[in-house]
Amino acid sequence: MTHSHQKREEQREEQREEQPHEQRQEREQPAAADTANSRRGFLTKALAVMCGGLATLVPVAAGVWAFLDPLRRGSAAATFIPVADLAAVPDDGVPRQYPVVTDRVDAWTGFAAEPVGAVYLRREQGSREVQALSATCPHAGCFVEMESTGRCFRCPCHNSSFTLDGGIVNPSPSPRRMDSLECRVGDNGTVAVKWQKFRAGVAAKEVQG
Amino acid sequence: MSRDGRRTPAPAARPGVVGRLADFLDDRTGYRAVVHEALYERVPGGARWRYVWGSTLVFAFMTQVITGLFLWASYSAGAQTAWESVYYIQHEMAGGWLLRGIHHFMAQAMVVLLALHLLQVVIDGAYKAPREVNFWLGLILMLLVLGMALTGYLLPWDQKGYWATIVATNLAGIVPFVGPSIQQLVIGGPEYGHHTLTRFFALHAGFLPVTLVLFLVVHLTLFRKHGLHAKQPLTRPDAMFWPDQVLKDAVAMLAVMAVVLGVILMPALRAMLAGEAVVPGELGAELGAPADPSLPYAAARPEWYFLFLFQFLKVFEGWGATGEFFGAIVVPGLIMAGMFLMPIIGNWRLGHRFNVAFTLAILAGVGLLTALALNEDYAAVWVNTTALAEAERLSEQTGGDAAKLIAAVGGDRGKAAAIEKQWKTLERVRHSQAFLDAVKQAKADAARAIELAGRPERIPPGGMLELVRSDAKSQGPRLFAQHCASCHAHVDPLAEDAAAVIATSSAANLFGFGSADWMRGLLDPAEVAGPAYFGTTAHREGDMVNFVQNDLTDAATWPKVHIDAVVAAMAAEAGQPVPQESASLVEKGRELVAASDRCGGCHAFRDNGTELGSAPELTGWGGREWLVGIIADPTHPRFYGDTNDRMPSFGKAKEGGIAPLSSTQIRLVADWLRGEWYRPTGH
Repeated sequence: MTHSHQKREEQREEQREEQPHEQRQEREQPAAADTANSRRGFLTKALAVMCGGLATLVPVAAGVWAFLDPLRRGSAAATFIPVADLAAVPDDGVPRQYPVVTDRVDAWTGFAAEPVGAVYLRREQGSREVQALSATCPHAGCFVEMESTGRCFRCPCHNSSFTLDGGIVNPSPSPRRMDSLECRVGDNGTVAVKWQKFRAGVAAKEVQG
Repeated sequence: MSRDGRRTPAPAARPGVVGRLADFLDDRTGYRAVVHEALYERVPGGARWRYVWGSTLVFAFMTQVITGLFLWASYSAGAQTAWESVYYIQHEMAGGWLLRGIHHFMAQAMVVLLALHLLQVVIDGAYKAPREVNFWLGLILMLLVLGMALTGYLLPWDQKGYWATIVATNLAGIVPFVGPSIQQLVIGGPEYGHHTLTRFFALHAGFLPVTLVLFLVVHLTLFRKHGLHAKQPLTRPDAMFWPDQVLKDAVAMLAVMAVVLGVILMPALRAMLAGEAVVPGELGAELGAPADPSLPYAAARPEWYFLFLFQFLKVFEGWGATGEFFGAIVVPGLIMAGMFLMPIIGNWRLGHRFNVAFTLAILAGVGLLTALALNEDYAAVWVNTTALAEAERLSEQTGGDAAKLIAAVGGDRGKAAAIEKQWKTLERVRHSQAFLDAVKQAKADAARAIELAGRPERIPPGGMLELVRSDAKSQGPRLFAQHCASCHAHVDPLAEDAAAVIATSSAANLFGFGSADWMRGLLDPAEVAGPAYFGTTAHREGDMVNFVQNDLTDAATWPKVHIDAVVAAMAAEAGQPVPQESASLVEKGRELVAASDRCGGCHAFRDNGTELGSAPELTGWGGREWLVGIIADPTHPRFYGDTNDRMPSFGKAKEGGIAPLSSTQIRLVADWLRGEWYRPTGH
């Protein structure tokens, strides 16, 4: 016990000795502040900051680089996806909802034939032309549904309402009408839509991703 | 120890082991000075309850760190694992429900405490010089906490969090120029998926809390530097932070925790008082059905403390894109800017009053918007619709057309205006009812997903969504509503409004199809041509109706026991269990069905040799394979052949075309009609 006590005292002794040494140096510095030395001092400081900064910049840059990766990933090129047979789209002018089923990639996972969303298809009596509307609300991206009365579309989130052909029913918070999708009816009667997503909340219909 | 604790006086006696150890530690670390610095802060005018809010916030944050770290130990951020791991925490891990419940409700408590802390600081004028910087730090801390609340909402990857996040990130996307890039960075790509979760999780449990701790350290350091801002006038002598104020703080912390525990345990208490069993997994935080981008979620709402922002977007109806930009970006931005300017505004003569009024106005606005949002969603609960019956009838009659309405009420414009006003109320009620129905549906979907997750086979590697999508009980009704319900009803004939539903359908009511009861109805002369069976189809005047109405009524050839036998045989064919005592009845029934002078005259049955094409084959009638077959192609000679009336061939695709239903979907409909789905044992 006494031994360790002694040791501690010795250590303190050493510290006390060191301290004046440092203080002496600090005191000397301003006295020797000629131009050459101050330039050297600035250089030392600048170098210290640069070295430290550069060293820190490496992990930050690596992190940010990887973090920005999603920016260079666009959506897969929009393709025409068959969604229904013409005969299965009633020609009464009332839109019906059809699931969009396609292969999907989520980062490292690949899904085969997965439901990714829905479209509304609408056909006038006797017409072979089909109007396709995306079920994604152009306001904030919720899933637009048909009103229970069947008279109009309505988004359950912020009450955006649309006519059966996708037009805005005012007053509506939505900045534009429902997004129509390009639609093709094949010779064999297959209805295919060009599956695209559009930027929500803006007046112009801009393709997203 | 001296009263102010500044220095430990030299002990008269040699210190004990603990004392010596403390001396050693203090000598090497100087901890006594640090502890002293932390605890012996002067509280001018003595400890007061109004100073507890800051401490309760620190406590709430520490609770979130502790529970969050333990949740982290069981959570897996991935599109096929997030819901699954949260399910496991909530419903299977011992104490998981409590851990998650505390984290969930303490987050909400934190938002309330933030509002109280801010209010206290503003009212007391504690934001004024020299404390401006600390006030700004406090506002940044508030934004960080709200950011953590927003990111945490997504992590269970259930329908609720998924759709709320879609809205939140789309709003970020409307910021001019950089919006789409920010959006894509936050969701980790063009679509929501794995990287949305990993990024939100990194934000929620890494970036945001680490930033928060840094700001909190500076916040507390500056708080100590400036000293506590005492509420004037000081009526009592000064006191020390320890133990006077600490006691009050600790009591407040305990109260906060008691409230959180109360919210979690209240349903358990209620169940116990009602004598019901308590299921721990149902306590605490909810877990919705797994996120499904292809399934509408009409119950989508943000957490209650963000409801005002949600409602605020509706205020700008008719403003187009400007309105959304205003509501989501400009106005909230201006309000935050106004708050950041408070310390500067406070320097003016009436500045402080203005700041207090501004803060109270914001809180009142938030309260009002929240109330409006709730009123819209729950209108159907409290609006009396019986008084609106006439308006409803007129709405149906005129199709909601104002011009037709005036004619319908005999040109009475005043009445028409009144009715139109009632239409608005009706519309509100209808929207509210749609929301309430969606909430009910969401609860049912969630309960079913949780039931399925608890199967002995566990969740497949493809995740819960794969399992839900292959579940007949949850998918059947949706597919039926979409593809079958325009002609067929599916309603229990004993239900209250069954007659009305059946009357509007043109084809058979398929409720209980394959059961003895269903078959008995078909063989009932009073019912066979009615709306529950052949309805308005061509078969209404077909051979079967003719047979049931003319031949079966002849008790000499068809005594009741024969009809019973046929019913029993057909139910057995559909796979219904045959009780031991009915075995001979079923056998007799099979003979009758096969006989060429009975059913076998038209229907092929087993090896009776009747040719296919004149009537549906009865072998395996109502069974899975039979049902799949008739849904896929009723025009097949096995079923109605060329006498099929309007029923689409759901499984048939033209060359290179697409069938209305996939084979999986047809199987789901068939299984649902037959009531074949997973049921947990003991239910």
